Amino acid sequence: MTLLEVEGLTKHFPVRGGTLIRHQVGAVHAVDGVDLHLAEGETLGLVGESGCGKSTTGRMIARLLTPTAGRITFEGRDITTLGERELRPLRRRIQIIFQDPLSSLNPRMTVGTIIGAPLKVQGLLTGAPLRARVEDLLRRVGLGPEHYDRYPHEFSGGQRQRVGIARATALEPRLVVCDEPVSALDVSVQAQIVNLLQDLQNDIGLSYVFIAHDLAVVRQVSDRVAVMYMGKIVETATREELYRAPRHPYTVALLAAAPVPAARRAAPRKIVLHGDLPSAENPPSGCRFRTRCWKATDRCAEVEPPLANTADGHLVACHFPVDGREAARQT
Amino acid sequence: MSPASTSPSPGRDPLVAVDDLHVEFPTNRGVVRAVTGVSFSLGRGETVGIVGESGSGKSATALALLGLHRGSARVHGSVRLDGQELVGASDGLLRSVRGGRAGMIFQDPLSALHPHYRVGDQIIEAYRTHRGGSKRAARRRAVELLEMVRIPRADRRVDDYPHQFSGGMRQRIMIAMALSCRPDLLVADEPTTALDVTTQAEVLGLLRDLQAELGMAIVLITHDLGVVGEMADQVVVMYAGRVVEQASVESIFSEPGHPYTWGLLGSLVSLDRPRPDRLLAIPGQPPSLVNPPTGCAFHPRCPHAETVGAACQHEIPLLLGTGAGGGTGPGLGNGGGRRVACHLPVERRAELRPAGIGTTSEEVGS
Repeated sequence: MTLLEVEGLTKHFPVRGGTLIRHQVGAVHAVDGVDLHLAEGETLGLVGESGCGKSTTGRMIARLLTPTAGRITFEGRDITTLGERELRPLRRRIQIIFQDPLSSLNPRMTVGTIIGAPLKVQGLLTGAPLRARVEDLLRRVGLGPEHYDRYPHEFSGGQRQRVGIARATALEPRLVVCDEPVSALDVSVQAQIVNLLQDLQNDIGLSYVFIAHDLAVVRQVSDRVAVMYMGKIVETATREELYRAPRHPYTVALLAAAPVPAARRAAPRKIVLHGDLPSAENPPSGCRFRTRCWKATDRCAEVEPPLANTADGHLVACHFPVDGREAARQT
Repeated sequence: MSPASTSPSPGRDPLVAVDDLHVEFPTNRGVVRAVTGVSFSLGRGETVGIVGESGSGKSATALALLGLHRGSARVHGSVRLDGQELVGASDGLLRSVRGGRAGMIFQDPLSALHPHYRVGDQIIEAYRTHRGGSKRAARRRAVELLEMVRIPRADRRVDDYPHQFSGGMRQRIMIAMALSCRPDLLVADEPTTALDVTTQAEVLGLLRDLQAELGMAIVLITHDLGVVGEMADQVVVMYAGRVVEQASVESIFSEPGHPYTWGLLGSLVSLDRPRPDRLLAIPGQPPSLVNPPTGCAFHPRCPHAETVGAACQHEIPLLLGTGAGGGTGPGLGNGGGRRVACHLPVERRAELRPAGIGTTSEEVGS
């Protein structure tokens, strides 16, 4: 069953200028017409480099931001423009986990108060039952009741992320948007958190939108993966398909650029993208990746490639998609 | 004691010889032993990757190499660059070495570049401090350096300010500055950690090309075993301020010998291996350096501590040579002799190593 459906999602941030009178002189096209869908119990990986719009997309889905255009349908209901009051019950159903647990946890509150806050605000529990519930939540994320009265600064990075996860799952939501949840953590702790997120999914049937720049982490957690570049989805496929046979040149380049833990001398030659990301205020015409693409032709500058079906459920926005053999040669 | 006795090229000192380096910080809560007994040696054109998690002592090691610890830090041991001792050297000598024979690049180029000065002027200043010469000649050199690090239209961009460049370009400008006097040694502390993966690949490729061209030795500090694989000839794995394993890059990935290295490789999600259903995480948290665990600092998190018994809790294991080419001298050299600090019997390590870690992982997915 479809839990979440996103159509034509767009967010433009105004750029202001002018010497005496400030007025809007342009707009950063952070997200430009993104389509996504997510089934119950599924994890959708949203991957791309900094500035590609993946976090903005996540924040719109969690309705921390209001879209400029497009539509978000959650559990069959249009939530695109809900106001503050209507959003409150929605917060029980959709939650978010951030990259930096220290800046997303109030330093003056004990961990018990932080985790209990959503339950209290929603008027679900108070007093002794609230404390008992928070202690259960602490245990569920691998902490213990002895942590209830401590403050965030007394915890390590991995433990703080566990607190963030306990808070986000306190209301038993259906959907959790995870925005780079492990990228600030040490490698040995990263694996613990990835495993915890997978366990929670199995135990309480969560769905995740998992946002990350690390392709290997995304492969570990996702059922399907969408690759973003400059505010647009350029490719989306099942995990197996995307990593076995990437079709968009950008995906191929991203996969080739990821360093692997093996001696270089044993590894095959890589393709390297040159040049920097173009300005999001003034994106290239046609295909936005064409300025860095080795396959680009005049057509790419003139006609924007639509996100089109190439094989069963494998969508690519490219005039000249890479075929399997070419990808194998280049990665 | 002389590293020359184990040097791979007989009759010549290695370019960089680090011997039994210690860094300590006295604090109110006790002495923090950030680095305890790190030794390695490095020839021209070689790269050593020092890898570890936060608090492992890898950055403290990097700073000690160039005498950058200040104030109350206590540094002992020896760091020799082409035979010249840098530990305890005068400020004057260190200043002439830094930016001259040895360069350094950091994780965040924006904090290392002055926001109010044009990048060209910053390169010119650094260059003239060491080499003197006219402003005009230094400016020519600055443009040359920016071209060398592949900044497009270098002759014009030399007059731009740091904020006008992207993160990857700023990192390349910092590399240009560090290399302005053709150093013999480049210390790179997490040089690509803040960069996107495509930019990272570009910067690492640039560093490799420049190393081949200029022949400098690189000490690369990183938490990322993938970056180590891309760049390093030899690898030093640190945990709680000590070296737990030291080996050639090939043998670190094909036959890692320390349970912590196994844990790191098992925790790492990597595209060159099939996706496991579940990652082999290391339980627990990295230790405190004020009050590290007794014995082997890794024992509270080590799944094999019980196999060995009491030794893990009470005795600090020595870094000893194992297997072919294993030496016990202070320098590793480029022979690839592997050394591991672990109480597990050498002959049982291969059998205890988790499946999927080591040699087997190279064959799949290629």
